[in-house]
Amino acid sequence: MSESKISEHRLTQLKALEAESIHIIREVVAEFRNPVMLYSVGKDSSVMLHLARKAFYPAPLPFSLLHVDTGYKFKEMYEFRDNYCKEVGADLIVRRNEDAIAKGVNPKDHGVARCCGALKTKGLLDALEEGEYDAAFGGARRDEERSRAKERVFSMRDEFGQWDPKNQRPELWSLYNGKIHDGESVRVFPISNWTEMDVWLYIREENIPIVPLYFAKERLMVERKNFLIPYYEENKNQLLEGEEPKMIMSRFRTLGCSPCTGAVHSDATNMDEIVIEAAAARRSERETRIIDHGSNSMEDKKKEGYF
Amino acid sequence: MMTKLNIKMTEEIELLRLVTVGSVDDGKSTLIGRLLVDTKGAFEDQLLAVRKKKGTTHIASAAEIDLAMLTDGLSAEREQGITIDVAYRYFATPKRKFIMADCPGHEQYTRNMVTGASTAHAAIILIDARNGVLAQTKRHTHILGLLNIPHLIVAVNKMDMVGHDQTVFEQIRTDMQEYCAKQGINDLICLPMSALDGDMVAVRGDKMDWYEGATLLETLETLSALGGIDSKPFRMPVQLVNRPQTAELPDYRGFMGTIASGTVKVGDEVVSVPSGNASTVKEIVTFDGNLQEAFAPQSVTLTLNDEIDVSRGDMLTHVGDKASDSKELKANICWIGDEPLTNRSKYVIKHTSNSVKAMVASIDFKTDIHTLDHLEDADELAMNEIGQITLKLMKPLHYDSYADNRTTGSFIMIDTFTNNTVGAGMIV
Repeated sequence: MSESKISEHRLTQLKALEAESIHIIREVVAEFRNPVMLYSVGKDSSVMLHLARKAFYPAPLPFSLLHVDTGYKFKEMYEFRDNYCKEVGADLIVRRNEDAIAKGVNPKDHGVARCCGALKTKGLLDALEEGEYDAAFGGARRDEERSRAKERVFSMRDEFGQWDPKNQRPELWSLYNGKIHDGESVRVFPISNWTEMDVWLYIREENIPIVPLYFAKERLMVERKNFLIPYYEENKNQLLEGEEPKMIMSRFRTLGCSPCTGAVHSDATNMDEIVIEAAAARRSERETRIIDHGSNSMEDKKKEGYF
Repeated sequence: MMTKLNIKMTEEIELLRLVTVGSVDDGKSTLIGRLLVDTKGAFEDQLLAVRKKKGTTHIASAAEIDLAMLTDGLSAEREQGITIDVAYRYFATPKRKFIMADCPGHEQYTRNMVTGASTAHAAIILIDARNGVLAQTKRHTHILGLLNIPHLIVAVNKMDMVGHDQTVFEQIRTDMQEYCAKQGINDLICLPMSALDGDMVAVRGDKMDWYEGATLLETLETLSALGGIDSKPFRMPVQLVNRPQTAELPDYRGFMGTIASGTVKVGDEVVSVPSGNASTVKEIVTFDGNLQEAFAPQSVTLTLNDEIDVSRGDMLTHVGDKASDSKELKANICWIGDEPLTNRSKYVIKHTSNSVKAMVASIDFKTDIHTLDHLEDADELAMNEIGQITLKLMKPLHYDSYADNRTTGSFIMIDTFTNNTVGAGMIV
């Protein structure tokens, strides 16, 4: 932010969002015994982590990062995760549902819902229970999906980690009620009020490192219906009849598990171009995520404990 | 179309928090859908998912969408066809970014309205031109007044249904001005509108040339965004004390908080309440470098030149410009708990970064929200009722009146058994 803006005593919208998020993150550290930050390696997590570093500067982060890994993330994500966490000095905990992974649970044979339920939801709930965390930060945004538009910043979970959307605590002013009973926990969403556009603008403005898959490059892809599916040699047997991998200039708007996340055609190789592309986008980023495509799948999964 | 040139502009626009009140019948969903479609606040796949006619592949106007399906995010809401909870919507114009709390209108959801309105700097009150000012409109307006929303905009909608008749609009404007004057709200913007046709939302249209004021979107783009909180006395409730205790920073003590109002400069004499210890500001620390001056609502860390006792719940202010402190206070209350508030009952009060036990010493009156009369013999406040109470506190709080400062003048009441948030308090 330039000096002239400060002397006018006005915050730009990004700086106003930043101030609100820092306030929320600090409030959680003040009121909870053992918070943890869920880190998914995606762009929203990158922004949330950056805000947390700002909140406690010059001290190190007062909590660990928790990555609930499904084993299906892109290899570029694992590389980025390990390097970046080392660079910023974050304490990274990785947890996986090893039972399910050993059984070979996958979206093709077991269906997306069961696969997500085992690898993501159960993986997360087990990790939270093991760590005895009473608060978990997540990088979800209200503009992502219609049930998220209704979720609180401090979102109460019962002892089974479940969300009850009909019985949410009213959230007034910037006064967050952090009082919980033993066994209950909260999920806290510090970037609730950010839009996809805000996230991209902030990454650009702050030079926040992100996984290279977000930038367009010639990549080996399979075209399936409206999706571009990244192709890796080891997934050869997942090709459908008649599919032929080819090099396509493409990038990812959002990153999830490789079998369930599609890429988009794009020439955006730098942050300016990504912002311009995001501004012109007619379709939401979640369209490339297979997980959201049931009738009210996100709400159902959240009720069961999904983040 | 965004280009490299205006990325910077987009980053630097201001944020305005809005609340929209009115029932579904007032055309609220239509208005919100119109704003989202006209400002590209919703994506095509989100709109196509709620289209009325299956098979449509392009959405040309708000009329093609079942807007309630877009805004009712919970399956229970779609099943019952009612809006239960506040939803937050985001849209932007080249001039400003908006966060809009979309509140259900029915009487039993007053608590959601209070929630959505608490952070708003402007409210849009929708009125159906055919129905005029209803009891519900008055109730909403009273609550918005109580919450001290700086800008109230009355949008007289469905003007197309009354033949765009100026006299209908003028009558509603007069009625609203009279009702608002009764409770001291004088700054009221009234505009005629047809959300369905889009007239006076983003564009003027040509059917209401008798109205010379700005469109709704122009109005929203030009309201003063924060109501001058930087020119009020400096208040910074301390959230946390930063003590890294690292090799490089063994003795560092920084006081972390969000500035609630006013500005603070390096060298300023500050005092911490309740201790009353004073010092001067040594540094204003941020990740992006130290600042010479900081202002509301920035989140910063302050270091001081003297080692004084400051902890979470304390407040830093300028010397000679301290907040009120007292173990007893009077407040307007919107009761949002399932169990009524009763005399002598005890709650936890969360005020800025402070939590203190409190007892209801008296219920001074309950407000009849239709007549605004004070009923002085009330022995409880039930859910969605509004009144004034006196609280006795276990330890003193440092506060301003809500009329002076929405952050240091507000609190929530927490039930000590259920831990639920049951009351919204505004200090008198």
